[in-house]
Amino acid sequence: MTQAQMRPAHELRADNVTLNYGGRDIVSNVSFAIPDGKITVIVGANACGKSTLLRGLSRLLRPASGHVMLDGRDIHPLPSKEVAQVVGILPQSPIAPEGITVRDLVARGRYPHQGWFQQWSSADDVAVERALHTTDTAELASRRLEELSGGQRQRVWIAMALSQDPDILLLDEPTTFLDVRHQLDALDVLADLNSERGTTIVMVLHELNLAARYADHMVLMREGQILAEGTPTEVVTADRMREAFGLESQIIADPVSHSPMVIPVGRA
Amino acid sequence: MSGMLKRGVAGGAGRAGDVSGDVQSATAASRSQMSPRTPRIIIGLAVAAVVLALVSIAVGAYTLSLPDLLATLFGRGTSSDRFIVLTLRLPRVLLAILVGVAFGLAGALFQSLLRNALASPDIIGISGGASVAAVLSLLIFGATGLAVSLSALVGALVVAFAIYLLSWRSGMNGMRFVLIGVGIAFMAQAVLGYLITRGDVRDAQQALVWMVGGLGGASWGDILIMAVSLVILLPAVALLAAKLRMLQLGDDLAAGLGVAVQRSRLALIMVAVALVAIATALVGPLAFVAFVSAPIARRMVAGGRLALLPSALVAIVLVLGADFVAQHLIATGTQVPAGIVTGLIGAPYLLWLISTTNREGHTS
Repeated sequence: MTQAQMRPAHELRADNVTLNYGGRDIVSNVSFAIPDGKITVIVGANACGKSTLLRGLSRLLRPASGHVMLDGRDIHPLPSKEVAQVVGILPQSPIAPEGITVRDLVARGRYPHQGWFQQWSSADDVAVERALHTTDTAELASRRLEELSGGQRQRVWIAMALSQDPDILLLDEPTTFLDVRHQLDALDVLADLNSERGTTIVMVLHELNLAARYADHMVLMREGQILAEGTPTEVVTADRMREAFGLESQIIADPVSHSPMVIPVGRA
Repeated sequence: MSGMLKRGVAGGAGRAGDVSGDVQSATAASRSQMSPRTPRIIIGLAVAAVVLALVSIAVGAYTLSLPDLLATLFGRGTSSDRFIVLTLRLPRVLLAILVGVAFGLAGALFQSLLRNALASPDIIGISGGASVAAVLSLLIFGATGLAVSLSALVGALVVAFAIYLLSWRSGMNGMRFVLIGVGIAFMAQAVLGYLITRGDVRDAQQALVWMVGGLGGASWGDILIMAVSLVILLPAVALLAAKLRMLQLGDDLAAGLGVAVQRSRLALIMVAVALVAIATALVGPLAFVAFVSAPIARRMVAGGRLALLPSALVAIVLVLGADFVAQHLIATGTQVPAGIVTGLIGAPYLLWLISTTNREGHTS
């Protein structure tokens, strides 16, 4: 099953991209390519431009200069639905209409696969069921979103992103507001999606140690620039933590995953 | 493999206390974007509308029996019955139905688009803009018929784009749009008051319709204008509904799902503005019909749906009911315009809404 469903390779890339809000550059002249079929995690201090970079990559923000390229073509002039079939984005705080049921919400992820006149198809049914199943939300399908706990709700949003069935899924802090157990649950769902279906995952995370544990590729940002990128072991070093966060730290191996683990020293 | 998946899902639902049949029917429901009880509500509302329409045509200074009424509607009946039904009462009822559809849909579209229950065209000055332009064309330029409708359309579009531009701050914000709209609504009322005090007394009497709204002047010409407008606008609403459903999830998610957000929103605003402007030009603002219909309909169907058809039906029932009450149940020497009655229904709802709106200002 995993082999049969491996996805076509895609290249999403930023070429000298500058992104600004209200005339102020938030991301300046950044170039990098997202490794296909891998989990990439963008980390950095508050206001370093990591969410803005994600918005730029997902076409939500048009670069002031430079280009975001999808499979060698500038992503901005491409038809919206065509992009949405390849690239999905889960924003940090999505909104849902009051009273919507889980199944209805997840079904809305199928929009890019539907035409003007072509209504719901059996392929849509399969995708919705699979998304509910993968995220372990099938039992919640007929519940209303607002009745659910924060952890359940986040899994439903991820299910919606899965029913969209993108080859590249971008997520802006998918673990915010979740306790540590539910953070792991959400990240495990994404890791499974990556290993079983080959979906490329790009996410912004705050929690460095979880980032290092789940990332194949890490991007460390500072003041709108990429400070370092590479494997977690390459990126997470005491010097880099000092540069990016102004944090004195010791790096040890995570006793569980053996990925690098940041132990803050602080003023101690 | 999809079969295996289906079994897994059915098993999961079974554990939650459902039967697997529910999963099947729920899937069928999501296919048509309707909850199982939506069809029943639609039928119920449609029956209520038909009954109200028949009662409105039958009852009056001269009341027809049901067989006489049906005979007359199907082209038979006495000539006096035909005069009463076809000339005096039917146009009024038909126009009530058509403007009900327009007001109900316009309110539902605006409220969903701006994600705010206060964002109906009568609250945010778009009906006001239509009224001002209609009165202006009537009193100053002596326009009649279609020209008044077109003026109202232009007036409403001008107001809508003014609000759109004034509320734009590197993005669209529903609350800012509503607040600016409320300000514009007051300005429109002021201009309307000024125009009417300056106008000739007889014209001003006629222009008063656009301050309150009523169906007393319904003619077959009005019905034609509204019907042709709906024939053009309803397919547009149907095509844009899928995009609106995505826009309910917020601009970022909608864009990520492949909706051209700005373009879709502009198209939806134009359609909603056209609906409310043309209806307003014909019968006046009919206070609060656009405002209350969609929230009532959504309370009935639940489930975060757009509820466009139920909203239109609720609005039909409201307009027919208000006009009936205005004609027959309020004891005054002269007939009261329907807009007074809808205002009496809508104002308490507005107060209730404001007192129960949550902190973020979102209710829908």
